[in-house]
Amino acid sequence: MANVKFVSATRVYAKGAPPAVNALDLDVKDGEFMVLVGPSGSGKTTALRMLAGLEPLDGGRVEIGDRDVTFVPPKDRDIAMVFQNYALYPQKTVAENMGFALKMQHVPKDERARRVKEAARLLDLDGQLLDRKPKALSGGQRQRVAMGRAIVREPQVFLMDEPLSNLDAKLRVQTRSQIAELQRRLGVTTVYVTHDQVEAMTMGNRVAVLADGKLQQCDTPRQLYDNPVNQFVAGFIGSPAMNLQTVPLTEGGVRLAGTVIPLPTAVRTAASQAGLRELVLGIRPEHLHLANGAGEIAGEVLLVEELGADALLHVRLADSGNQVVARAEGRKPPAPGQEVTFRVQPDDVFAFNPVTGARIAG
Amino acid sequence: MSASAVPMRAREPGPQRFREMAGNVGWGVLAWVVGIAFFLPVLWMVLTAFKPESAAQTWPPKFIFSPTLSQFRLVFSGWGPFVTHSVIATTVSTLLVLLLGVPAAYALSVHPVPHWRDGLFFFISTKMLPIVAVIGPLYVIALKAHLLDSIWLLIILYTAMNLPLAIWMIRSFMLEVPRELLEAARLDGAGRIREITGVILPVISPGLVSTALICVIFAWNELFLALNLTITNAATMPMFLISSVPQEGLYLAHLSAAAVVASVPVILVGWIAQRSLVRGLSMGAIK
Repeated sequence: MANVKFVSATRVYAKGAPPAVNALDLDVKDGEFMVLVGPSGSGKTTALRMLAGLEPLDGGRVEIGDRDVTFVPPKDRDIAMVFQNYALYPQKTVAENMGFALKMQHVPKDERARRVKEAARLLDLDGQLLDRKPKALSGGQRQRVAMGRAIVREPQVFLMDEPLSNLDAKLRVQTRSQIAELQRRLGVTTVYVTHDQVEAMTMGNRVAVLADGKLQQCDTPRQLYDNPVNQFVAGFIGSPAMNLQTVPLTEGGVRLAGTVIPLPTAVRTAASQAGLRELVLGIRPEHLHLANGAGEIAGEVLLVEELGADALLHVRLADSGNQVVARAEGRKPPAPGQEVTFRVQPDDVFAFNPVTGARIAG
Repeated sequence: MSASAVPMRAREPGPQRFREMAGNVGWGVLAWVVGIAFFLPVLWMVLTAFKPESAAQTWPPKFIFSPTLSQFRLVFSGWGPFVTHSVIATTVSTLLVLLLGVPAAYALSVHPVPHWRDGLFFFISTKMLPIVAVIGPLYVIALKAHLLDSIWLLIILYTAMNLPLAIWMIRSFMLEVPRELLEAARLDGAGRIREITGVILPVISPGLVSTALICVIFAWNELFLALNLTITNAATMPMFLISSVPQEGLYLAHLSAAAVVASVPVILVGWIAQRSLVRGLSMGAIK
């Protein structure tokens, strides 16, 4: 078991191009499940590959278990990686695939067989599958073999690069919880890359949000949701995404859809000190409460997406004409074309600097 | 045959359906005509090989005759040394090509050496010069090295002749090996040798088979070098065909029988290789 540390780790693919990973500082605690999440091109996979030793560093260093491994070859880092496409050796059987790393370490045959069996049992892999070739397996089985190949090695750190993205939706949700549960049981430090924020929120002890090669915020899922540090994190975490509207500052708050949304004094002071005349207002869809005419924010329902338990309302706001999404109870949502009003709690409103994107905190 | 294939949207029976069928028949007939046109000389060769020499020369050619194996008997009485030389030169040179080609292709694809583009271009550039242009120097070198009329000379030359093409082919197969597979091997602790023998070669084996097949065909059928640099000690099957043409007298049936015998090994190797070529390049590796 070990902790993992990125210290201003930087990777530049081409001279003159912006760094794929820009001075990344990240501390993964021993036994922690850390998720790197971000849109494509954010550098999350590059960061993982730097940790694996598949990508050289152009600056900074990487540590595993307080040992500087920046220049250590991948096989000596005591890590195991699960690839997005699994990268199973097509000509080897499942057992050979899982035991290959042990064979390279000259582990005796009996011991190898024992550990392969043990891993197969952990993953509920049928013993009969061990003699099959990967192409004779289903997608879900291949995924588990790829996991098994990592588990067999009993490494200090698991690296997982979007291991669920090739599974169908139902299997993905099922495997998601299995992996998280397995990681908790084994207690092995895990760095997990995904572009899916739901995966990130449900699996990670902590989640590191990356964009354009830079770490935006690293915190627990709850904190990312409740206290995003900037507009990017606010918009990225949460589904459906937070409504972000550029609105003018007024006396006591901001003007939105014919009403004034009050903001704390501290926020207003900070905004005026920064010389801002407008700011970006963020309200999550679940914080727009339908108010049967008694609310302040008025608009017209354009579209209703029924999800069963609840419904998503696409609403055109009264004066600006901008669209927002609101989450309503699924039983009797308003019909398209209906005029509605919403209420929000002052605590549920976020304010961001429209220039820098930084949160203006109260 | 002038009718063209009609799109599949016609559902109701009628003139359109009829035109569609006529179109299909037309294409079918065309395919057969072209196929037979290509195959006719081969058929003629095979038929002629079973004729007595006197019947082989008639015009128009006879298709009904009493077949004889006498020409084949004649061929098999004299082909011994030639086929031995051909088998040795072809198999040894092909094995050498694979042995040298695999590491060379690896160094030009998976872990490219500096200036790998130049290396790649150099290999193919050796094929740009017509071989006639260097036969003089080759002859002199072979003479000085005491390799004239030696099977070793043919092995060296056939290896050199096939190596550039083989490197290009094997390289393209290696480029198709999924990068993650090689990275997984690196993480699993496989060294360079293990990476090649344990991961790359099994994946590209169908490609290696097709490469070997092409090398075998080229080496087996090579005539120019054999003709100019060998006489008896290393003469190959194409030389045997030439020697089947006597100074005088009838020879067409005999030559046909010799040609049939010379073609059979290549066809056989091709047929065997075809079965392993069908297997996908890296099925099961991805997803």
